[in-house]
Amino acid sequence: MADLHIDNVSMRFDLPGGGSVQALKNINLDIKSGQLLSVLGPSGCGKTTLLNIVAGFLAQTEGDIRLEGDVISGPGPERGMVFQQGALFEWMSVRKNVSFGPDMKGVPSAKSKPEVDRLLELVGLQEFKDKAVYELSGGMQQRVALARCLANDPDVILMDEPLGALDALTREKMQSLVLDLWKETGKTIILITHSVEEALLLGERLLVMAPRPGRVHKEYYLPFAELGVGADLREVKKHPDYNSTREEILSMIWEMEEEIMGRTEGEG
Amino acid sequence: MNDSNVFADLAAETLNIVISIGSILPYLAGFIAIIIASQTIWHRVRKSVDAGDSFNSLKTVTFGDESTVVSNKSASVLSVLLIFVLWGAFTGSQLLPGFLHVPGPFLGDGQFTYTADDGAGQVDTASVNVVVFAAGEKAGKPKIEAGDGFAANDAIAIQVYRSKLLLWDKNDDHKRKTGASIVKVDGQAISKGNAVDVGFARVALTDKGTLNIVPHKGVQMESIYLPSPEKVWNSLVNISKDGYQNVTLGEHLGFSLWRVVMGFLIGALVGIPLGYAMGLSNWFRGWFDPVVEFMRPVPPLALIPLVIIWAGIGEEGKVVLLFLAALWIMAIAARSGVSGVRITKIHAAYSLGASKTQILRHVIIPNSLPEIFTGARVAMGVCWGTVVAAELVAAEKGIGKMIVAASKFQNTDIVIMGIILIGLIGFAIDVGIRLLEKYLVPWKGKG
Repeated sequence: MADLHIDNVSMRFDLPGGGSVQALKNINLDIKSGQLLSVLGPSGCGKTTLLNIVAGFLAQTEGDIRLEGDVISGPGPERGMVFQQGALFEWMSVRKNVSFGPDMKGVPSAKSKPEVDRLLELVGLQEFKDKAVYELSGGMQQRVALARCLANDPDVILMDEPLGALDALTREKMQSLVLDLWKETGKTIILITHSVEEALLLGERLLVMAPRPGRVHKEYYLPFAELGVGADLREVKKHPDYNSTREEILSMIWEMEEEIMGRTEGEG
Repeated sequence: MNDSNVFADLAAETLNIVISIGSILPYLAGFIAIIIASQTIWHRVRKSVDAGDSFNSLKTVTFGDESTVVSNKSASVLSVLLIFVLWGAFTGSQLLPGFLHVPGPFLGDGQFTYTADDGAGQVDTASVNVVVFAAGEKAGKPKIEAGDGFAANDAIAIQVYRSKLLLWDKNDDHKRKTGASIVKVDGQAISKGNAVDVGFARVALTDKGTLNIVPHKGVQMESIYLPSPEKVWNSLVNISKDGYQNVTLGEHLGFSLWRVVMGFLIGALVGIPLGYAMGLSNWFRGWFDPVVEFMRPVPPLALIPLVIIWAGIGEEGKVVLLFLAALWIMAIAARSGVSGVRITKIHAAYSLGASKTQILRHVIIPNSLPEIFTGARVAMGVCWGTVVAAELVAAEKGIGKMIVAASKFQNTDIVIMGIILIGLIGFAIDVGIRLLEKYLVPWKGKG
């Protein structure tokens, strides 16, 4: 299966006015196939940069990333992306959006249809398949984005705050859906979020990153994702360890934010 | 001429304009009063028929709430109706009942008297019969008896809106040469350079001692300045039947439209790929930016003389001009269409395995269509305006050529008809593109 190795990755770029930014420093990660990894950190910690490097949209300046032994040097269909919003194609129907990957590969639509229908069923959009995507609500649009990503059958799914633009109730439903899809498909998922609760619920492994330079600050292995599959997430939140872990991470991030603020004021 | 003269001239012109504006203000105030009065009446009428409660009608804050301000259809109908009523009233249109007409020019027979002095203190009074006839009619002088005394009665025929000098002494016993002069008109004393109102006309005594008769013109417009609506309609009917100057109306319109469509299509065909290249490549953007940014603010009308010098007044010249008018607009629209693609869409397409060609075909082009349609609307509008202007300057056929030819023969009805057609066609083009856009780009503004 497809293991992801991030080996001593650093990234540094020059600013137009002189000086440079160390966005990431010496990141080392081994992500096992089928692992659900959530990444959390204050703004500017490089979590999105790391995701973009794994996706192949950005190049690291040191180190390398291998998926199943192959070095990553650009975007590819074996690494699917789910964005926060606005990544669907408005000029295509729901079905056409979902079958975009197979269509681009030249798979005849008669051949891809059963899988597309199955995925639409899985995300609960079977009856909306012929609608235009702009007619759907934000939550439904994210379901389309998930189905579109899965239709391409990637080894790794990269999610960049996929639920960040949704309201609280929809978000909770979608969190359950992500867990169910993870169990159902067995995909490796890397999920970036700025919500501590989401990171706890959707990460069997949780990475807290720290800024300046972007680096891994602390790692957790958590039971909540496994408990949450097919269960009520509100029940999971009653787990004795849930609140204590949440408080610990919150204060950790709080301190980092305080430090950033203090340093900025000191500089100014 | 030196600079201070220029400033003095411009100051004088500015003053003239300010005075003109000042003289228009009362009419403007009257017009606004009509608008407000009709609004009040309309609200009364609506209340009495109870229009029901729409959600907007339940909003108490409407002043400043943009969502409650929708174009009132009744006001639009009234506005257009009022334009036609005013047009008819000031041209004496047969379509309007007579009591709506503003006072017209005097027509028919009138009479006044003058009293002449023979230079030796002896006076005599004679009468003048005036007939004012309509343009196009032929009226002879009315017959009149010479009457008694040394001053003989006169008769004169004047065409409407014209004036005429009366050499009153021609048939009199005492001439101006021998010292005779007029002392009274219609019983009122008169001296050289002054005038007397005789009811149907103003009669002035000229410096040479003759009488200048100016029949009252009323406040209606002369047909040569503003023909009545039915005259314009008739000229449309006649010209669509018989053509103008041996060219049918369809030919005039067809040539204008063909030039616009050709110029626009070639402009789009070159401009859109150019815009895509500029939106997708640093090098192409750098290469063409100076050209596009320089050519964009140059009005196409300013290119007419150069295009005539280079390409002549034939069809090539027109199409080249319209091509240049559409090119920059379409290039800029396509460029901003490409730049407007959200990077997440491109990233998503790449990570779904699309190639560059596939991304261009399935993401970039559809995403830029709304911008391109907006550009097409602007470009077609500019092209339509430019073709008419170019035809005014030099053309053998075309709607612009038709109105400029008609203006040389003072066929104001054809000029006005042409202007209305130009407006209607421009409007139809815009509506057409908007409908096409709604059909082809239903996702516009919904990304």
